Amino acid sequence: MSEPLTIVEGIAAPLPLKNVDTDIIWPGLPGLSLRRGDQARNAFARLRFDPEGAERPDFILNQLPWREAKILVAGSNFGCGSSREMAVWGLVEWGMRCVIAPSFGDIFFNNACLNGLLPVILPENAVEAILATITDPERSVLKVDLVAMRVTGSGFNLPFMLDEHRRRCLLHGLNETGATLQQIETVRSFGKSYADRFPWTRIEGEKIA
Amino acid sequence: MTRPRTLYAKIWETHLIDERSDGSCLLWIDRHVLNEGTSIQAFDSLREAGLTIERREMHLAVADHAVPTDERGGPLPAGTRSDRILQLERNCTEFGIPHIPYLSTRQGICHVIAPEQGFVLPGMVAVCGDSHTATLGAMGALGFGIGTSEIEQVLATGTLIQQPSKTMAVEINGILGDGINAKDVILHLIGVIGAAGGTGYAIEYRGSAIEAMSIEARMTLSNMSVEAGARVGMIAPDEQLIQWLHGRALTPRGAEWDEAVAYWRTLPTDPGATFDRIVQIKAADIAPQVTWGTSPEHVVAVGAAVPDPESFADPTRAAAAARALAYQGLQPGTPIQAIAIDRVFIGSCTNARLSDLRAAANVVRGRHLASHVEGFVVPGSTRIRRDAEEEGLDRVFIEAGFEWRHSGCSMCGGAETAPPGTRIAATSNRNFEHRQGRDVRTHLVSPAMAAAAGIAGHFVDIRQFGKGRA
Repeated sequence: MSEPLTIVEGIAAPLPLKNVDTDIIWPGLPGLSLRRGDQARNAFARLRFDPEGAERPDFILNQLPWREAKILVAGSNFGCGSSREMAVWGLVEWGMRCVIAPSFGDIFFNNACLNGLLPVILPENAVEAILATITDPERSVLKVDLVAMRVTGSGFNLPFMLDEHRRRCLLHGLNETGATLQQIETVRSFGKSYADRFPWTRIEGEKIA
Repeated sequence: MTRPRTLYAKIWETHLIDERSDGSCLLWIDRHVLNEGTSIQAFDSLREAGLTIERREMHLAVADHAVPTDERGGPLPAGTRSDRILQLERNCTEFGIPHIPYLSTRQGICHVIAPEQGFVLPGMVAVCGDSHTATLGAMGALGFGIGTSEIEQVLATGTLIQQPSKTMAVEINGILGDGINAKDVILHLIGVIGAAGGTGYAIEYRGSAIEAMSIEARMTLSNMSVEAGARVGMIAPDEQLIQWLHGRALTPRGAEWDEAVAYWRTLPTDPGATFDRIVQIKAADIAPQVTWGTSPEHVVAVGAAVPDPESFADPTRAAAAARALAYQGLQPGTPIQAIAIDRVFIGSCTNARLSDLRAAANVVRGRHLASHVEGFVVPGSTRIRRDAEEEGLDRVFIEAGFEWRHSGCSMCGGAETAPPGTRIAATSNRNFEHRQGRDVRTHLVSPAMAAAAGIAGHFVDIRQFGKGRA
């Protein structure tokens, strides 16, 4: 479904904030489309643009070289809050392929891996060091290698971890719906025994609504 | 003897269809709730791929995020929000999914009506494209929020690929003080463990204070687990919950009910089961809470003052606090009770159930909002609104100067906003920047604390408020 991801190499932008919630990443502004493909301008819309829609020159992601960033480096608990997958679509459509942070909101983390956005967890002190490094335009290029599981930049080369399932999703751009539909007979036979065991979980459609 | 298991493990294991070599698990999903905010693209994807719904009756759709709450009954106002409501209805008709129409007497905020209707029951796995699906943990179910890609999977397969979470026991023992709401309990917890404290965990709330809590209060607690970073916040089913569920519209009947109840009684965590982390809190230590910043972890007791960012040892926390104070327009050291508010919002999936409305009404009865304060009461469901009206709560609020509105997410989700700069005492769950409108300042509190702030015009300690009056 999403574009396969093996190596992301490019400018990394520093966003040294904690608890960057999905309202900040994708503000639910009036009139916004909720659809994939329409989200590039909506990523960080309130930080990038003033209420009249003009770019805010003081926001680092509007400045060169970071406005060309493919990688975002942020504080802990990035993507906390609302489940809105538009936050991930917005970042990807805008050009991001990787976010590095000490921790992520659980739902955002899942959404990212299903949409070709690599979430990399590194220790807090490592993230702080990277933030300091990439704030220097001359040292703002990072390479994140999902095959070798390493982040390299000016003066550092760090390993990271990602569970094998999510790693495969990203490497191959896998669609979980398609993969599960190939197993649908297993699902249906499970469903039969489940219904025998827990008949009270069945519900009649006409009763519901 | 089987090994002792947690509530979480018991539900996980009964729903496990397949465990893959990479550690991912295919899980059977019992119930899926949809709203108009996050499901539209999932239906588009199904259409593009030519897929159909695997199990229609496991789904229930209702519009909540975009519904106007000022008027109900006439045609929807023109605009993208109304388009979403209509698109949800069209999608449900096209794909044959059960749907509660916008004008139905059963309409309400999805996490309020799913329990209200008896749609989600103990032992189930229930999901919804909204992070506050954690609410359903109070039903003794494994409920969690999902993204749009996962909504598509649930629609097409009735399953989800997931990884098991670590488990965290939050044990709260003792007796909560007078005036202390479940909202204060969860805000206090977030203050202790932080907004990322529960990341990667499924929380189970335990202990005598939880057992003593009403089912509605438990929903407030589970609801905001996600503000502590946890997708899941469960509470074991008990006799009180079984009583609460009995006779609801979609609960089983007769022999099936008896069978279900017998099973539910086996669900609580076994003695000796272990958790990956245990957090212990004394109920008596919990005071009324007020958030001062832009993360739910920016919280203090009502008797405290706005902290000085320089008091945080961690430089990123200090920077976040400084940014939050600038946004909130507050000075370090300001006593919480000296903060004047412009608006009160009583609503949301966190605190808009009948008991919440009663708690707020008890504070405002016979009083009036301060002259500079506006007040809004937005019931969590159309049924709650009706029940409250039968008790005369609408009159209490209206006579106190509040607007009595229709059910929906309203000023929580950002569909209905306040003018820039407004300072709101809100019973909702998120005090994020711009959450309630551009440059709007949110302080999260319990319903009684919000109501009292509205009367006084500034935050007050509900334990002292109105002392000496009936």
